[in-house]
Amino acid sequence: MNTRNIEILVGAFVVLAVIAMVMLSLKVSNLASYGGDDDSYEIQAQFDNIGGLKERSPVSAGGVRVGKVSAITYNNKQFTAVVTLQIEGKYQFPVDTSASILTAGLLGEQYVGLGPGGDEENLVAGGEIDITQSALVLEQVIGQFLYSKAQEE
Amino acid sequence: MIFDNIDMDIERSKVTAIMGPSGSGKTTLLKLIGGQLKPDSGSVFVDGENVHQLSQSALYDLRRRTMGMLFQSGALLTDLSVYDNVAFPLREHTTLPEAAIHHLILLKLEAVGLRGARHLMPAELSGGMARRVALARAIALDPQMIMFDEPFTGQDPISMGVLVKLIHDMNQALGMTAVVVSHDVNETASISDYIYVISDGKVVQSGSPEELKHSDSAWVKQFLDGDADGPVPFHYAAKPLIDDLMGGIKSVRS
Amino acid sequence: MIADKVLNKLQQIGYKTLSRFNRVGRASLFLWQVLLSLPYVIQRPRLLVRQLYYVGVQTLLIILVAGLFVGMVLALQAYIVLVDFGAEESISLMVSLSILRELGPVFTGLLFAGRAGSALTAEIGLMKSTEQLSGMEMMAVNPMKYIIAPRFMAGVIAVPLLTSIFMAIAILGGYFVATEMLGIYEGVFWSQMQNNVDFYDDVINGMIKSLVFGFVVVWIAVFEGHDCMPTSEGLGQATTRTVVHGSLAVLGLDFILTALMFNV
Repeated sequence: MNTRNIEILVGAFVVLAVIAMVMLSLKVSNLASYGGDDDSYEIQAQFDNIGGLKERSPVSAGGVRVGKVSAITYNNKQFTAVVTLQIEGKYQFPVDTSASILTAGLLGEQYVGLGPGGDEENLVAGGEIDITQSALVLEQVIGQFLYSKAQEE
Repeated sequence: MIFDNIDMDIERSKVTAIMGPSGSGKTTLLKLIGGQLKPDSGSVFVDGENVHQLSQSALYDLRRRTMGMLFQSGALLTDLSVYDNVAFPLREHTTLPEAAIHHLILLKLEAVGLRGARHLMPAELSGGMARRVALARAIALDPQMIMFDEPFTGQDPISMGVLVKLIHDMNQALGMTAVVVSHDVNETASISDYIYVISDGKVVQSGSPEELKHSDSAWVKQFLDGDADGPVPFHYAAKPLIDDLMGGIKSVRS
Repeated sequence: MIADKVLNKLQQIGYKTLSRFNRVGRASLFLWQVLLSLPYVIQRPRLLVRQLYYVGVQTLLIILVAGLFVGMVLALQAYIVLVDFGAEESISLMVSLSILRELGPVFTGLLFAGRAGSALTAEIGLMKSTEQLSGMEMMAVNPMKYIIAPRFMAGVIAVPLLTSIFMAIAILGGYFVATEMLGIYEGVFWSQMQNNVDFYDDVINGMIKSLVFGFVVVWIAVFEGHDCMPTSEGLGQATTRTVVHGSLAVLGLDFILTALMFNV
């Protein structure tokens, strides 16, 4: 094996590894969505209960992914969870838009679904969504069901 | 303990032989001279420098300037061709242009008669050829002294003759100091100026080949003549045969 | 009598313990010397490229084949479990997370120890037993710089590269099984993955693991080769030790790194 062939093969090996890394960062993971932060804006929404929502959970409107959850904090005065939504710049929503925490499938992951309102004014960076609907927590639903059954009897 | 109170002088531009039976530590002695092993006590001076007091870089410098070593196996780098093996010390230690290196390599290989074999790989060489290539490599930087570790062992008579001639020629033509470690009596005696005979960690006798031939030590006589029995007995130490045999029967019976 | 036997046993245990520590000490010193020799390698990229060929390119085939099959079998197993919950669309998530976080680095580390690590030990050990290392020292060339350091550096570079190739091919294998055999939609496969795989938490952590594994496995391999008894028996033992210790080190370190990285 002469030096030239060895160097060609090593070059091919390194190129292959670089392609693999590009695939891992862009196709497999969410690195691309890190890069698109520039033209995105953040809005906030308060929920009584966010269920299993996590940072980086998707935000969608009408089934289309429009952004992600960038931060989750707890407001210690109003006792609500404050969820910061990072919305891509190309999507605009009216100020009376509603946000609800939904579940994909019966046991799937949770996401924030936006229901656009009818106002002419749009939400801007730092804006807040007033109409929110908390996550459906299965235990609470079952509990309420049993309670109402017991009252009937 | 391998050596006990050994004192040797190796003269410049002479062939000095160190002879002794297998396992007497001859190779260890070479490694001490080359600084690859450190003695528990004592010192080795090469070209006026105490080998074991030097820092690593000074030791490497001393080796490059003064020492070449021919290992028993040749120690050629197996992934380099004959040509590149000889080129190795030149490329590592000099800034000569490749054209000059090329000429030097051809001259060194010509000296050992293997210019035509320069494209072969070490695996394609016979044992004798490998040693000759290693010799060409050892003299590539024109060291003052070359150490030969068992140069004749396992060689057919022709390669042995070639190596004897080469060592002799290098010494005569280039004035290189040679240290030959060997137990091949006749070949070594034929080229050396001075011989040390060591055994059990001590210098048993030293002198010119002539002097040793007329040695009155029975041990040296046996070693030089290759007698089967003598001061070094044929039998490994054991109790008398008859006791061993009878003892064996007794233990079977009981 | 019995007291004697107990004392002998104790001495034996003591001796073994001491020689273990001695060995660890030598290995650490050895590593220090190798690290000091690394600048020399940077001046001679040719040496490095050659070793990258031996440890990298020659390990590539086994990595490709193993990665493909691991990815495919993971997709099948994930399907069998997830289909009961109607969540078979999450196949890609299960495949990608287990590959990126665990199987990619660990498998590559184990395969590397078996394929390239053992070859490194055997090669260096053979050089030692044929006096090539001594010969080099006598030519005033430090074998640490010329032989050991390029091999060490090539190994440390090659393992993360091999790991990323393993990860990519395994995910492609899973993709093939999921879409062609199990009927998952292509878009669902990739979007599920992208929504849940985090670049820093999953991909980068996996690569850090592989860097650590590569470092340790190559260290063990070159040390065993350099430290072996220069006989055919010693060589065999050293090669075996490289594979056994290298593999155990990968698995043990994987546990520690996982515990550290994922805050369990």
